[in-house]
Amino acid sequence: MLVSYNWLKKYVDLGEITPEELADKITKSGIEVESVDFFAEKSTNVVVGYVASCEKHPDADKLNLCQVDVGEETLQIICGAPNVRQGQKVAVAKPGAKLPGGMKIKKVKLRGVESNGMICSLQELGVDEKYIPTDIATGIFVFPEDTPVGESVIPYLNLDDAILELDILANRADAMSMLGVAYEVGAILGKDIHFPDESVTVEETMAEEHISVEVDAPDLNPYYGAFVIKDVEIKASPLWMRNALIAAGIRPINNVVDITNYVLLEYGQPLHAFDYDRFNSDKIVVRRADAGEKIITLDEQERTLDEEMLVITNGKEATAIAGVMGGANTEVIDETKNVLLEAAYFDGGSIRKTVKATGLRSESSSRYEKGIDPNRVKKAGMRACHLLQKYANGKVLSGVVKFDKLDRSEKSVEVNVGKINGRLGTEISAEEIAKILHRLKFNFEQSNDTFTVTVPTRRGDISIFEDMLEEVARIYGYDQLPYTLPAGSNQAGGLTVRQTLKRKVKQYMENVGLMETLTYSLTNEANVQRLVSPEIQALQPVPVSLHMPMSEDHKYLRLSILPEMLRSLSYNTARNQSDLAYYELGAVFVSDEEKLTKQPSEQLRLVSALTGKWVEHPWQQEMKEVDFYVVKGILEGLFHFLELPVSFNRGKVDGMHPGRTATLAIDGKTVGFVGQLHPSLAKELDLKETYVFDVNIDAVFAAFEDIPQYSDIPKYPSVSRDIAFILDQEVLSGDVKQVIEEVGSPLVKHVQIFDVYQGENVEEGKKSIAYRLLYQDPNKTLKDEEVEASYKHIVEMVNSKFNAYVRS
Amino acid sequence: MKEQLEAIRSEALDKIVQVEDIKVLQEIRVTYLGKKGSLTSVLKGMGKLSKEERPVIGEIANKVRDAITTALNEKIQKLEEAALEKQLNQETIDVTLPGRPVNVGGAHLLTSIVEEIEDLFIGMGYEVREGPEVETDYYNFEALNLPQNHPARDMQDTFYITNELLLRTHTSPVQARTMLEYKGEKPFKMICPGKVYRRDTDDATHSHQFRQIEGLYVDENVRMSDLKGTLDKFAKKMFGEDRNIRLRPSFFPFTEPSVEMDISCKVCHGEGCNVCKGTGWIEILGGGMVHPKVLEMAGYDPKVYSGFAFGMGTERIAMLKYGVSDIRAFYTNDVRFLKQFHQA
Ligand SMILES: [Zn+2]
Repeated sequence: MLVSYNWLKKYVDLGEITPEELADKITKSGIEVESVDFFAEKSTNVVVGYVASCEKHPDADKLNLCQVDVGEETLQIICGAPNVRQGQKVAVAKPGAKLPGGMKIKKVKLRGVESNGMICSLQELGVDEKYIPTDIATGIFVFPEDTPVGESVIPYLNLDDAILELDILANRADAMSMLGVAYEVGAILGKDIHFPDESVTVEETMAEEHISVEVDAPDLNPYYGAFVIKDVEIKASPLWMRNALIAAGIRPINNVVDITNYVLLEYGQPLHAFDYDRFNSDKIVVRRADAGEKIITLDEQERTLDEEMLVITNGKEATAIAGVMGGANTEVIDETKNVLLEAAYFDGGSIRKTVKATGLRSESSSRYEKGIDPNRVKKAGMRACHLLQKYANGKVLSGVVKFDKLDRSEKSVEVNVGKINGRLGTEISAEEIAKILHRLKFNFEQSNDTFTVTVPTRRGDISIFEDMLEEVARIYGYDQLPYTLPAGSNQAGGLTVRQTLKRKVKQYMENVGLMETLTYSLTNEANVQRLVSPEIQALQPVPVSLHMPMSEDHKYLRLSILPEMLRSLSYNTARNQSDLAYYELGAVFVSDEEKLTKQPSEQLRLVSALTGKWVEHPWQQEMKEVDFYVVKGILEGLFHFLELPVSFNRGKVDGMHPGRTATLAIDGKTVGFVGQLHPSLAKELDLKETYVFDVNIDAVFAAFEDIPQYSDIPKYPSVSRDIAFILDQEVLSGDVKQVIEEVGSPLVKHVQIFDVYQGENVEEGKKSIAYRLLYQDPNKTLKDEEVEASYKHIVEMVNSKFNAYVRS
Repeated sequence: MKEQLEAIRSEALDKIVQVEDIKVLQEIRVTYLGKKGSLTSVLKGMGKLSKEERPVIGEIANKVRDAITTALNEKIQKLEEAALEKQLNQETIDVTLPGRPVNVGGAHLLTSIVEEIEDLFIGMGYEVREGPEVETDYYNFEALNLPQNHPARDMQDTFYITNELLLRTHTSPVQARTMLEYKGEKPFKMICPGKVYRRDTDDATHSHQFRQIEGLYVDENVRMSDLKGTLDKFAKKMFGEDRNIRLRPSFFPFTEPSVEMDISCKVCHGEGCNVCKGTGWIEILGGGMVHPKVLEMAGYDPKVYSGFAFGMGTERIAMLKYGVSDIRAFYTNDVRFLKQFHQA
C-alpha cells in the first residue's frame, strides 16, 4: 500500500513530524514501512505561467514561440510541445531553474530566436511516466484555468509529497485504505481523525425506479448496493484528485473512474461504475457463473468462467466478474451519461479462488481477499456520490437499491489488566490501558481491572484476548517490554543419541579430509533414476514428483544424493577445481506408491564422491589419485570408528563400474554401496575417474550400541603367522579371509592382508595373497603346538575350498 | 715392576692419544686391561714381591689402571661426540620444504551455523527435534491456525505433491508434532532445525530450498518478555555482545502477538548506513506468543499453558554473519567457497 504523506494530512494532523519519522513510528507500532520515497526530486524556480500568445517559430515548423506571463514578468519561450496553446496555464522553468535529473535552465537562442526558459512536461518535473495520463503523455502539462500565475508549481503538482510504502500483512486489511492508515497513525500519535464529506443532495426520483437488485448467492454476496447517478459530465478529475491517485500509484483516467478509485483508496471499499445505458437492463442479478460462461473484461481479454466464480449480470449476461474486474461492454466511456454505481460486500475466500483461477489481481480484489469493513460499504458509495455530484455534475437519485443480509455486528473482547501484564511481563496500569484503547478509538466499558472492549468492524483481525493483547502491547511499545528469561524451565536440554551420532559421523568424515556439501532435494527425471542404492531399488520405489513443479530440473524428490553431488563435482571441474572430496548427510524419499497417499519414508543417507588427487606431495615423489581402496578405506575407517562389523561384497549398481563396485552389508543386510562411477556416466558428466559411496546411515545407527562395554586388555602375548596362498585369479581375498577367520576362531584374533602379487613365479591366471594371522588366547600363553595345529587346519580348509596351495 | 707399570702406562696413554677409532680404543682396553692384558700379566707377578712392596706396587698398579681407563673413556666419549656431531650434520635437512599434506575437510557453513545455534540453545535447556520434510497439509498449515483459504497461505507458496501432501514450507510442523507427542501435559523447550521448501525462483536472495531453525517453549506463565530476553541472549551470542535487538509487531497465523526481530546494524550501531538501508536495523527473525488455537489443537489447554515461538532462516543468519551476498552460493558447492568456511 502506497500512502501519500500529503493525502494523509487530510485526515490526521501530522504537525511537524517528517515522513521519515512517521515511517519509523508506523514500523515500530505494527506495520512495516518498506520505503519512504519522495515523489519527485526537488526542482527549483518552476512556476505557473500563462501562455499569453503562441505563434509558430519563424524558422522552424515544429517549434512555437510563446510569450508566457509568469507574474512579475513575461518571458519569451520557445516550446516544441505539440499541445501548447495560447490561453493555457503551464509549468514554466525560469532561467536558473534546476530540474530533476540535474538539468539547468539557461537563456538560449534557438534558430536565432531567444528562449528564456522552458515549458515543462510532467516527466521533466520528475513524475514517473507510467502515471501520466495518456492524453498528455507526449506534451506539456496544462493546469486548470483557476491556477494562480507566478506561484511555484510544487504544491499544485504535489511534487513535495513523500510516499510511504506499507507492507500490509494478512491480518491488517484495515490499513489498506487511507482512513485505515489514518486510524493507525492517529493511535500512534494520539491524534483525532477528520472524516471525509459524504453529504449528497439527492434528486426526487428514486433509484429503485431505474434498477432492481437480486442476489442468488447471498453466501458469497451478503450485501449489494446500487446507486444511480444521472447526467454525469465525463471530463478530467480535479488536479488534487489526480495528484492523489498518481501518488498512490494509480493512473488517472476520467472523473468517474478516478472517483471510484479515489474512494477505493480512501475507504478501502472497492466500487464499480457501470455505464447505466450500456448495462442495458433495469435489473442486476448476482449469481455464480455457469461453467464455460465467457466475458470480455475491461482489459479486452476474453475470460472463461466457472461455477466457483461470482458474476454481476444484467439478468441476461455477465457484466463483471464480481470484485475482480468489470466487463468491457458496460465500462464507463467518454460518452457515458448515466452511471450505475456498485458498492458491495463479496466473500474474500470466493474472490481469492477467482483470482487464483483467472490470474487477475486488482486493487479491488486484493481488498476483498483480505476482508473489508461491513460498516463502510454503503458509506463509501455515499462518498462516491458526493464526489460525482461535485466533480461530474451528476444527479444522484434518491436511495440505495440493495440486497442486504450483511452481518455488521461488533465483537466484544474482555481484557484484564493482570492477565495482560502476566502475559507480557509488564506492569501496565489500568489507566494506561484505558488511554491506549482511547487512542485506538475502541469503545469499552471498564469495571475495575477488567475492560470489555467493543471491537470496531474495521478491525476484523481482532476477536480474542490475544488479539487485544497485541493491540495494547504494540501501542504501549514493544521496546518498553522488559528482558526476562523463562522462570519455570527445569528441562535438561541436549541431543538425542541419533543426533550425537550424526555429529560424530560428520566429524569423522571431515577429519579424514572430506568437505560437506549441501545439494537440492529436488532433482530432474534423469537424476532421480540414477545411482539408486540396491537395497532401495529392491523396494521398487516410485519417484515422488511435485504436483506443479517450477522447472523440470526440480521436479522429483531425490532417491539418491549422488546425482546432485556429481553435478557439484562437474561444476567445480569445469572451473579447474579437479581434486574434490565431498560428502553429504541428507534424506532421500522412498515410496512404492504409484499415487502417493502417505508420506514417503525419509531415509538418512551418507554419501561421498571423490575425484582427482588424494595425496600430492611432489618433492618426495608421492602422488596418489583417488581409487577404489581410498574410498573403501574411508568407509572401513568409519565402521571401525563406530566399532561396527561391515562386510563388502561384489555388487552391481546401475551407473557404476561393473568390476569396481561393492555393496556393504551389516548382519547380512545390504546398507549401501561403494565403487567407481561408470566411465561412460563420468564422461557424460565431464568427470574424470570418480569414486562414490552411498550408505543408509539410519541402518548403521540402528546397529549401533550406544554405550560400549569394557573388555579386558589382553594380558598374554600374541603370536603372528604369515601364510601366502596361490589362488585362482577370480577368488576374492575377502572370501579367503572369511574362511581363515572362521576356521581360526577363537584363537585367530585378526587377519591382515599384507601382500598381493601376480607376475614372475606365479603362474598365469593365478595370484598370490599373503595373510598375517594374529593368534591370542586371553587366558594363557599360547603353545606352539596349538598355533601349529590351527595353522595347518586353516591351510587345509583354504586349499580345499579355493583350490589353493601355499606359496613356498 | 714399578718400571714395568710405568712403561705400560705411558705406552697405553700414547696410543690412546693417537688413536681416532672407537673400535681400536676398545682393543687397547683389552690389550692393557683385559684378562690377558699386559697390566694383568704384570700383576700376576705380584706374588713374588715382599709383603712391604705389595701394597706399594698394588697402589701404583691401580693408579695405572685408573689412568688408562679414564683416558680411554674420555677419548671414547670425545670420539662419540664427534661422531654424533658428524651424524647430526649429515642429517640436517631443509626445514623449509613443505610437509606431507594432510587432507583437511570441513562442515558446510550452514551446518556450522545450525550446530552453533543448537549448542547455544541446548545451553539454555532446549532439546533438538526433527521432523519429516514431506509433510501433511494438516501439520504444515491446519495445526498452525492456517485453515484452507486462509489469506496468509499466500505468504508461503507451497510445493504440493498431492492435495494432502507437500514439502514443508517451514519447520513449524515439528512444533505441532512435538506438542502432540507430549500430550498437552509437559512443559518443554525445543528447537527444530531443518530443510524447508518454497515456490521461489532461485536468485541472489531467494532459494526454493533453504534451512530454518525454530524454537518453541511451552509452560505455565510464559511471558512475552521471556521471548525478548531469550532472543536478546541469542543475538548477542551469535552476533556479538555489542549488538542490540528490537522487536516490532508483525503477523504470523500461529502466534499472537507476533513479532519481527531486528538487530542493530554492525556497521553503524543503529545510526543508519548503507548496509542497513538507513534504518540502523537488520531484520533477523520472526516470532511471538503461541496462538491459543495452536496450543489447543495440539492438546495444550491455553488457559493453563502459554508459550513463545521463534523461527529464522539459517541462510539469512549466515549471510549476515559472514557477509555472503548470494544465497545460491550455499548450494553450488564451489570448493573454493566451501574451503573458506571449513573452520567456521
Ligand atoms: Zn547501518
